[in-house]
Amino acid sequence: MLNVPAILAIYRFEMARFWRTALQSIVAPVISTSLYFVVFGAAIGARMQTVDGIPYGAFIVPGLVMLSLLTQSVSNAAFGIYFPRFAGTIYELLSAPISPFEVVLGYVGAAATKSIVIGLIILATASLFVPLHVEHPFWMVFFLLLTAITFSLFGFVIGLWADGFEKLQLVPLLIVTPLTFLGGSFYSIDMLPPFWRAVSLFNPVVYLVSGFRWAFFGRGDVAVGVSIAATLAFLALCLGLVTYIFRTGYRLKS
Amino acid sequence: MSPIVSIANLSKVYASGLHALRDVNLDISKGEIFALLGPNGAGKSTLINIVCGIVTPSAGQIRVGGHDILGDYRAARRMIGLVPQELTTDAFEKVWDTVSFSRGLFGLPKNPAHIERVLKDLALYEKRESRIMQLSGGMKRRVLIAKALAHEPQVLFLDEPTAGVDVELRQDMWRLVRRLREQGVTVILTTHYIEEAEEMADRVGVIRKGEIILVEDKVELMRKLGKKQLTLHLREPVAALPENLARHDLQIGEGGRTLVYTYDTRRERTGITGLLGELADAGIAFTDLDTSQSSLEDIFVDLVRERA
Repeated sequence: MLNVPAILAIYRFEMARFWRTALQSIVAPVISTSLYFVVFGAAIGARMQTVDGIPYGAFIVPGLVMLSLLTQSVSNAAFGIYFPRFAGTIYELLSAPISPFEVVLGYVGAAATKSIVIGLIILATASLFVPLHVEHPFWMVFFLLLTAITFSLFGFVIGLWADGFEKLQLVPLLIVTPLTFLGGSFYSIDMLPPFWRAVSLFNPVVYLVSGFRWAFFGRGDVAVGVSIAATLAFLALCLGLVTYIFRTGYRLKS
Repeated sequence: MSPIVSIANLSKVYASGLHALRDVNLDISKGEIFALLGPNGAGKSTLINIVCGIVTPSAGQIRVGGHDILGDYRAARRMIGLVPQELTTDAFEKVWDTVSFSRGLFGLPKNPAHIERVLKDLALYEKRESRIMQLSGGMKRRVLIAKALAHEPQVLFLDEPTAGVDVELRQDMWRLVRRLREQGVTVILTTHYIEEAEEMADRVGVIRKGEIILVEDKVELMRKLGKKQLTLHLREPVAALPENLARHDLQIGEGGRTLVYTYDTRRERTGITGLLGELADAGIAFTDLDTSQSSLEDIFVDLVRERA
C-alpha cells in the first residue's frame, strides 16, 4: 500500500516552493532563452541558413529546451532534498511512515514537473521567435518526460551526496552544463571534425538532444532507436543508484 | 498489560566507533509519562532517534504497540510523534501549512478541525498564517510540537522540550503533557531540568554512558534514595555537641542555633525518637523543627557521581 497522502504532501510542499519563487524559477529561464535566441538565432542564424535542411533558428529549439530541462531537473531535485538535510527538517521524513520509494516519488515527481513546466514555457517562448512544427508529438513528450525524470533522479542523488552548497552547485556547473553545450544543443555533431565527433558519442546528452530533435524534425545526429535506448539506460542507471543509496542509508541515517 | 514501547538488548555503535548505547532494555507502559534523565552525551537522543527511525540500531529489537520498528515500520511510526531537540523548521512555510504537511506525511487525510484544535491548544492559532521565520524561538518550539501532534500519535517523544524556553511556555507545555496523558497518550521526555521530571513524570530512567542504570517509579525513587533532614532550631545556641550525642549524624549550623540530623527513610528506624529523647536528657531545648527531603536533582547528581 502506497502512502499516497505522504507523496502528495511532499509533492505539494515542493511545488509550493516553486510558485513561491516563481520569479526566479520561471522568469529567469524565459529571459535566458530569449537571450539565446537573440545571440544564436538572430546573430549567428543570419549567417548560417540551415543545418540539415532545418532553419538554424528552429534547429536550436530542441537543444535549448533540453538545456533547461537538464539543468533545471538537476538543480531542483538536488536542492529539494539537500535543503531539508541542511536545515535538519529531514528528521520528519525519516520518522514518518514513508518508504524511500515514496520519498523519491514526491521529490523527483515535483522536480520533474517543474522542469517540464519550464521546458514548455521555453517552447512557447521559442514559438514567438520561430515557427515550430513537431513531427512526432508522442516521442517529443516521451523524451521530455523521461529526460526530466532521469535528471531529477540524478539531481536527487547529488542532493544526497552534497555536504555543502558548494558541492550542490559543482556538478550542475562543471558537468551538466558543459555536457549540454557540447552535446549538440546548438549544432549538429556532424559539423565537427571526425575526432571530436567520435568523442561526442561518449557524451550522453548527445543522445537526448538528438532524440528530442528527431521528434521535432524527423532528423537527428544518431538513430532514434539509439536515443530511446540511451534514455532508458540512463533512467535505469539513476534508479539503480537511488535504490542503492536508500538501501544503505547513505548520508541519511547514521 | 503489554508495554506500548518495548526495547530489548538495544545497542548502537556509530561509524565513528562511538558506543552510544549498550544493551538497553526498557519497557514503557501505555499512558505513562516517562522521563529519561542523563548528562549530555549519555545517549538520550540516540535512544529516541532509534525508536523514531532516524538512527539505525546496531543490535536489539524495538516494538511500538507490538509493531517491530524495522519490519513493520509503517504501523510503528504511525503511532509515534517526535519533537526534536533542535529547532529545525522550514523558515518560509506558514504555520498552518507546515502542520498540515506533517499530517499528510503520516498518511492521514486532511482534517482542518484537528489542526485547528492542535494550534489552539498551543496558542498558535493566531499565528497560523505567519511564516515560521517570523516567529520567536518559543513559538517555533510550539510549531514543532504541533507538527508532532498533527497525526494524533499515541506515543509522543519530547527531546529536551523545555530547553531554552521561557517559564510561561514551560508551564503551558506541562499542561499540554498532562492533557495528553488524560487522552491516553504515552509521553516520553528527555530533560536536563530535573524539576521537570519531578513535576511531571510517573517513572524516571537514568542513562549514563549508554547504559540505563536505573528505572524507577518517581515517588518510589524519591522515597528509596531520598535522604531526609530534620532541622532543630535551638532555644540556646550550643558550642559543641554533648558527647553522648556524638554517635548521631548531627551537624551544628547557623552558629550553633540549629542542629541538622540526616537520616535515611529506607531504614526501619530513623532514630528520631531516640535522638529527641537524648536531646531532652542533655537539656537542649528547641523552639521549632522542620524536615526537608532531597529533590530528584540531588538524587540524580548522587547517582551519576557515584557511578562515574
